[in-house]
Amino acid sequence: MSDMKVLIFGGIYNNYLALEALLEAAEKEGVDQIYFLGDVGGFGPHPDKVFPYLRDTKNIFLMQGNYDHSIGNRLEDCACGYTDPRDNYFAQISYDYTLENTSDENKDFLKSFAPEFRRDWAGKRILMAHGSPRRVNEFLWESTSPVGFLDYILKASDSDVLFVTHTGIPWMREFRDGRKVVNVGAIGRPANNGKTTVDYVIVNTNTLDITLHELAYDHVRLASEMAAEGLPEPFVQTILTGWWTTCLEVLPARERARGIH
Amino acid sequence: MIEVDFRAVDRKDLPPPTLDFLHLDTLWLQVTGTLCNLACTHCFISCGPKNDSHPFMSLDDVRGAVESAAAMGVQEIYFTGGEPFMHPDIKEMIELCLEVAPLNILTNGILITPEMADWLAHKFKTAKYSLDLRVSLDGTTPKENDAIRGRKTFDKIIASVELLWNAGINPVITVTTCHADLSAVEGRMKFIELLAEHGITQPRMKFLSPFKIGREERRDQGYADYQRLVEGDLLEGEEHDLQCSSCRMVTAKGVWPCPILIEVPEARMGISLDDAAIPIKLDHPACYTCHVEGVSCRT
Ligand code: SF4
Ligand code: SF4
Repeated sequence: MSDMKVLIFGGIYNNYLALEALLEAAEKEGVDQIYFLGDVGGFGPHPDKVFPYLRDTKNIFLMQGNYDHSIGNRLEDCACGYTDPRDNYFAQISYDYTLENTSDENKDFLKSFAPEFRRDWAGKRILMAHGSPRRVNEFLWESTSPVGFLDYILKASDSDVLFVTHTGIPWMREFRDGRKVVNVGAIGRPANNGKTTVDYVIVNTNTLDITLHELAYDHVRLASEMAAEGLPEPFVQTILTGWWTTCLEVLPARERARGIH
Repeated sequence: MIEVDFRAVDRKDLPPPTLDFLHLDTLWLQVTGTLCNLACTHCFISCGPKNDSHPFMSLDDVRGAVESAAAMGVQEIYFTGGEPFMHPDIKEMIELCLEVAPLNILTNGILITPEMADWLAHKFKTAKYSLDLRVSLDGTTPKENDAIRGRKTFDKIIASVELLWNAGINPVITVTTCHADLSAVEGRMKFIELLAEHGITQPRMKFLSPFKIGREERRDQGYADYQRLVEGDLLEGEEHDLQCSSCRMVTAKGVWPCPILIEVPEARMGISLDDAAIPIKLDHPACYTCHVEGVSCRT
């Protein structure tokens, strides 16, 4: 297939307003296919509002993240891999809220999502995974994913170009031979950079040009809906300021130092 | 009346589980061997000023291990000891690691000078990969901490943490949960308050369970007979959680499966990392702690 434009994103975290803005952007850009790398729920308000967008969009491919696995199977927690009690405390509030407010039909829908996607674009082996090819909840951060390690990950997973999400902070590393590893970030919450925008990528499948994009959406409205739903105040602050207030302990020292909390 | 522990009788003769080696994610380097400026009462490898059972690694030892690990696709490197900052070549070692992978240094903090703090902060800001420090502190008062880490160490550790923070490095404060209440939410809050008093507004913490070996065995108590792993004990998927499926420890004396067992001669796996990319038997009582507590020495 020649010269196709593809949009790849992850981590909706109940942020249906960002999803709506993303789909509008896709339309404007003339995108041919959309790939979602997982994690529909968590963090934001009104979980069921996301689902109509996912069901009604044409040419969208849906992957299951750890959160989707947990909600789909009605598990007790999100298996996000946090170690800090404060992180777990807030994560549990938002998990319980999401579990309670996701309809049975939507929970079952999550179970139908794919574990990974493989494609052949421009003769390269493309792999999309949620956390990493080897573990759904592995965090691939920029400052702790050295070149030699990524080389191993690509070889072990028979791929040349890898797309992941799960951490919520986008980055891209290119090898001299043209192989690439891209973390597409998340559209559900900002990337701990003091901006209220969220992130996704667009790929030209012919040239394999990959561009990181920032997306603005009505974050003020999202924040007020979160507050009205009684979701944790630190989460609301993150949406309004662009700085993470929780889940900080999973950040490597380098990424942590970029934030203000 | 004689008491018989049936659990011990049952398990003693059963074979231990075997754990496959998945990939070298984490390379541990015992850069200063078992030599330390302190001699903490809970140290599970009995480090101290006089324990040279594992000597310092040479710069070439470190370079060799890092090169092999890089070829294997290592994800991260850890320095421990003993006390890494006793090593005269510590700066060269840090630099050569950061060329290849992110580096974590486990330290008691006491030997970090203002000059060293600034140098580390510069590396932290400019290196290709993440540089992280973990400073051990075992109480929120001098009384609590010094009982374990030694006289006057509380004040020195706090001074070092302040020094690092002011230079631009936010170390992870590592607490061994010898005092039962320290890991609980309130214990944690006490540490956060203590750090805030010293101006550290972004507290980073890690709590570790003690291993009942080395000096800790004498401080508390050793393992009971039944506290060992036998075939069939490992839960589904546990091989991913046990760090020894994805780490190896290199000392001046060779390669060990993990940072915990370096004083167990039978656990030694060979001279090079390539010798050690093989399955291991989880036959040591400390493996029981890893299984029950889900311990990982990673940050
Ligand atoms: S616990 Fe750490 S600081 Fe204390 S003696 Fe052992 S190696 Fe040294
Ligand atoms: S002590 Fe723990 S880390 Fe070491 S070999 Fe046993 S199970 Fe693995």
